[in-house]
Amino acid sequence: MDFLNPVINGFAVVLEPMNLLYCLIGVVIGMLIGVLPGLGPAATIAILLPLTYNVEPVTAIIMLAGIFYGAQYGGTITSVLLRLPGEASSVVTVFDGYQMAKQGRAGTALGLASIGSFVGGTAAIIGLTFLAPIVASFALDFGPAEYTALALLGILLVATISSGSKTKALIAAALGLLLATVGRDIFTGENRFTFGSLELADGIDFVPIAMGIFGLGEILYNLEERHRAAKAPSAVANVWPSRGDLKQASGAIGRGSVLGFFLGILPGGGATIASMASYAMEKKRAKQPERFGKGAPEGVAGPETANNAAATSSFIPLLTLGIPANATMALMFGALLIQGVTPGPQLVEQDPGLFWGVVNSMYIGNILLLIMSLPLVGIFVKILRVRAAILAPITALITLLGAYTINNSMFDVTLVVVFGIVGYLMKKFGFEPGPLVLAFVLGSLLESSLRRALLVFGGDPLGFFSRPISATLLIVFVLVAALPGIRSGLAKRKATIPADTAATEIKEKV
Amino acid sequence: MIPVQAASPVSGGGNSSNAVSSAGNGTTDLPDAEPDDLTPEQLAAQWEEEKPPAAGALANVGSSLVVIGVGVGAVVLSVAMGLGTPSAPQPGLWPFMISCVMVVLGLFQLIMGRRNRDAEKFTRMSVAPLTGLVTLAAMVALMPIAGFELPALVLCIIWMRYLGGETWRSTLVVSAVVVAAFYGIFVTALNTSIPHLF
Repeated sequence: MDFLNPVINGFAVVLEPMNLLYCLIGVVIGMLIGVLPGLGPAATIAILLPLTYNVEPVTAIIMLAGIFYGAQYGGTITSVLLRLPGEASSVVTVFDGYQMAKQGRAGTALGLASIGSFVGGTAAIIGLTFLAPIVASFALDFGPAEYTALALLGILLVATISSGSKTKALIAAALGLLLATVGRDIFTGENRFTFGSLELADGIDFVPIAMGIFGLGEILYNLEERHRAAKAPSAVANVWPSRGDLKQASGAIGRGSVLGFFLGILPGGGATIASMASYAMEKKRAKQPERFGKGAPEGVAGPETANNAAATSSFIPLLTLGIPANATMALMFGALLIQGVTPGPQLVEQDPGLFWGVVNSMYIGNILLLIMSLPLVGIFVKILRVRAAILAPITALITLLGAYTINNSMFDVTLVVVFGIVGYLMKKFGFEPGPLVLAFVLGSLLESSLRRALLVFGGDPLGFFSRPISATLLIVFVLVAALPGIRSGLAKRKATIPADTAATEIKEKV
Repeated sequence: MIPVQAASPVSGGGNSSNAVSSAGNGTTDLPDAEPDDLTPEQLAAQWEEEKPPAAGALANVGSSLVVIGVGVGAVVLSVAMGLGTPSAPQPGLWPFMISCVMVVLGLFQLIMGRRNRDAEKFTRMSVAPLTGLVTLAAMVALMPIAGFELPALVLCIIWMRYLGGETWRSTLVVSAVVVAAFYGIFVTALNTSIPHLF
């Protein structure tokens, strides 16, 4: 069992007091922002990036990961109690969770959701432990051609699967790639798009872009969204589900774990899609589908399990291929790059402490979250009473002062505000900010792989099709790119029966 | 964080709550301000209605033109940097490729996106982000001169009182506490070089 040695050593990394502390901080912050409608995990991670500068890479990622999966737990609470999804991935929980709360079973709904989340998260960590090294060893022979194809496909998938207009998402991605070229060209040393500015010569840092577009952009956008303000709920008791409830929901939890795990691995997949797919699957499988929407426990347990499993498994493409599967993973990628760690297939071999430390920290994080969401849930319910009006200036100030501490320069603060405007306007005009940040992170990798690959192929772009893996990936790329055309053709035919499509429409819009 | 018991006074319509901390009797005591027997489809339709109004075709034309403009500008600059050949690329080749894609996507959006309703209209509510932005910009401009404390205090007061509709009392108390806390964290504890007055 040589394979398990680094896994066990990873536990030693997690159990260092500093890492335990940051794991706790991460999951508490995640739970908090999950409970508070408004800021999502991506925005929070972006705002808190400066915090990670002065700690070890493994500690930083442990905390950021904790925020991400912690938010999946917390988002449930507002869905069930207030009919307001705290996170996009908890939208479907509203349908049955709120009905259960109305029937006086709010505690049961929350309890089932957190047990499901725990099971889903833990199952996904185990899957990650076994699958990740296999994927990584497979990807070890990837050359520049494969990386070019993989990065292109990753960006395209994230752009096309995002909600809203695909063209706009692709435009955002192109803008991200363009922003990544600002600064010195790594091959020739020539300055690009710097307009004579010395500060831009080294390129635009990832952190101000992420903080501006995700963080400040979302804060400004939320200033406008008054109607979603929370009302204060009352206390919740009896969060321990009965044996009958557990039995009823166990099938949904099992299926949600598997479904979420696989949907999380796909680029552009992730927690939100997994929760919706699980809800749809449970409703389809149920003997009495009419119970759904009226307080069916499976309708809460399934999606909540799936979103946690997906949140965990979406680390696989990042840690094994170096390709972030969604916008939040793009932030993790950026955070690792800042620390001088390049995620990729060699990570498992070269830095097992970091790899297994992060993976195993999720066990601890999930246990902490289970404790927080069963016995301690009352505390988080009370936090719902903190008003958005008070939180907004605090988060804005954290963003500005945090941006200053990156390099002790006002230039970064100015950049954050500028990108905050860009992020706000993008949201306002229906452009998803996620693809931009993802493409920005992958931009320099994509350019350098492309140029290296072209050197190898002697400048012949058809060379990409001479290697089986890059050829396959590029064919998938073309198929995905052509898909919207085929789909809209089908949609036109379907337009006569809008009732059918209503359910999917909803989900994409919320 | 500061626990405050009442609901947000700015929540729209019948949302202001009457569920002020009732005894925990195992149930949640939610106000039935809205009809609760909505199917998921109806609920989603209701969310859809609550969303800010969609912007018209003009927004699409405007945003597409901005995209095309940025794309064309980048094409011109990339060509000026030199393109080279695929086997011996100059610095401009890669930006040239992206900006061409961007121009094409922009044109596509301009023509095909006319009926899209995913952009939001600027309403009277949009004054709030604008005000927020002005205060942020003012803070960035003033920080190097006056330190962060006073601009941060003013920012807090404007955001809580005017954008958030808090009462004067809670605005002043919370703002003062927030600024003091930031001073404690960034100046006293972390000893960062953030420009400060005191």
